[in-house]
Amino acid sequence: MKLKISAVSLKFIVLIAAATSLIAIFMVIQSGGSWDYILPRRGKKIIAIVLTGTCIAYSTAIFQTLTNNRILTPSIMGLDSLYMLFQTSAVFAFGSTNLSFLNKNLNFAISILLMSGFAFLLHQFLFRKEGRNIYFLLLVGLILGTLFQSLSSFMEVLIDPNEYLILQGKMFASFNNVNTDLLMIAIAAIAIVTLYAQRFNKYLDVLALGRDHAVNLGIDYPYVVKRLLLIVMALVSISTALVGPIMFLGLLVVNLAHQVFGTHRHKVLIWGAILISVVALVGGQLIVERVFTFATTVSVIINFAGGVYFIFLLLKENKS
Amino acid sequence: MINVRNVTKRYGDTSVVNDVSLEIKLGKITSFIGPNGAGKSTLLSMMSRLAAIDEGEVVIEGKNLAQWNTKELARKLSVLKQTNQISIRLTVEDLVAYGRFPYSQGRLKAEDRKFIEEAITYMELGPFRGKYLDHLSGGQRQRAFIAMVIAQNTDYIFLDEPLNNLDMKHSVQIMRVLRRMVDDLGKTIVLVIHDINFASCYSDYIVALREGAIVSQGTTEEMIDTRVLKEIYDMTIPVETVGGQKICVYFS
Repeated sequence: MKLKISAVSLKFIVLIAAATSLIAIFMVIQSGGSWDYILPRRGKKIIAIVLTGTCIAYSTAIFQTLTNNRILTPSIMGLDSLYMLFQTSAVFAFGSTNLSFLNKNLNFAISILLMSGFAFLLHQFLFRKEGRNIYFLLLVGLILGTLFQSLSSFMEVLIDPNEYLILQGKMFASFNNVNTDLLMIAIAAIAIVTLYAQRFNKYLDVLALGRDHAVNLGIDYPYVVKRLLLIVMALVSISTALVGPIMFLGLLVVNLAHQVFGTHRHKVLIWGAILISVVALVGGQLIVERVFTFATTVSVIINFAGGVYFIFLLLKENKS
Repeated sequence: MINVRNVTKRYGDTSVVNDVSLEIKLGKITSFIGPNGAGKSTLLSMMSRLAAIDEGEVVIEGKNLAQWNTKELARKLSVLKQTNQISIRLTVEDLVAYGRFPYSQGRLKAEDRKFIEEAITYMELGPFRGKYLDHLSGGQRQRAFIAMVIAQNTDYIFLDEPLNNLDMKHSVQIMRVLRRMVDDLGKTIVLVIHDINFASCYSDYIVALREGAIVSQGTTEEMIDTRVLKEIYDMTIPVETVGGQKICVYFS
């Protein structure tokens, strides 16, 4: 038992070391000596990365436990599709040059409002009636998400190709120009949500056993599930509004955390997933900036690496 | 004491359990028997709050099931369903430790460890304690789940087909453990059981259901009787006394 604990701590030490050294490299590489200019700018990116990584890893871990499914991400609920629909409609209606669209704070505010409004409605509608379960919510989210996507693509084919290029920048998460004010708001919001989520943390391990066992072990199942879903939706909305859709990362890091730590304990899994996502995002951002010199975005890198990893997993599982 | 009063469960227009009332005696083993689709499992699920009750009520120690605090109820009543698919990889010991959650809320104390050890010994799971559930046979897994319920240490224990997947040796072993828990520790156990001979040899009371309603109920002595069984199963089942136990010969 003693040995096992130290193995877990060792993995954590390695991950923390990897994360901090990547962050350090990111901060100082090719600085050219103008520290006053570079450090705050890069620091902001790092903060955005850590926030996003935390949101995505935490929300995906909770979501996979609620659904008892390790290949789902919260994006199945259609929140990021709604975000894209809003971005597309804004460009479609006002054009990319319009100032109100370019105002990042307003965009952030409206995105957050839309997504949380949608999440709340979905939630209310589904749980108002007894006997509706979480899979029903996923189904409705999936259908609405597809509808939002179709509407977006409809508008995308109609708009000017130049406008589309600008819109395309929104389709992938990017840490390149995050606004300081928004960062502060996001930090506050995430802090509140995660603090509230703490009281439900101890239930996560039991929820992973499935509904019947959780009820047997004294969990007020409908209440806890509702609250946790709201927490997931809030985290997803904040991170999506801050940097853009990057939900695939969640699938990747939570599964990696399962693979690395081989445990069912959420405390370890969630912290592991958060660290892995920071490593992945900072590493990805470094590659984007230094290797591709901004010719691509970090989500492309993450999706590519993640896709390769999953094919590898499939092949490996297939063999054994 | 558990009182079930006029409970009904409907799926769409068909009622699976229809206006059932019964009383579970303290410190006894009560078995639910009956043909497939009689509503035994559904009734058990409603009594253990796993399924919502459409009409009627279940009263446990004078308090309506819905009014119980969920955490307190989990220290009073435990339930194990027929199928136990778990999507995460757990060792036997981890699983049994979950039985202590209503007390420990995830932080195991010395007392919790004691109950876990006892449950593992009770179910003779010592050699498998570090093994993963998906590496065990169906019977070993079933025993691990029962050990979890034992660790939960509740006054009332509801088991849906606990002998599912078990060979004769382990079936007998589990029924003996249940009997001992009732006789020595004063637990109240309710079972859904298919093999009427196990019901006959180990239970105190038998409740027979058919098409969502109670056909008959009574002591084991009264219930294991060719005439009564005919009403339940539509079969003529001779009952022989072998070694002081009533055995139903239902094979021909």
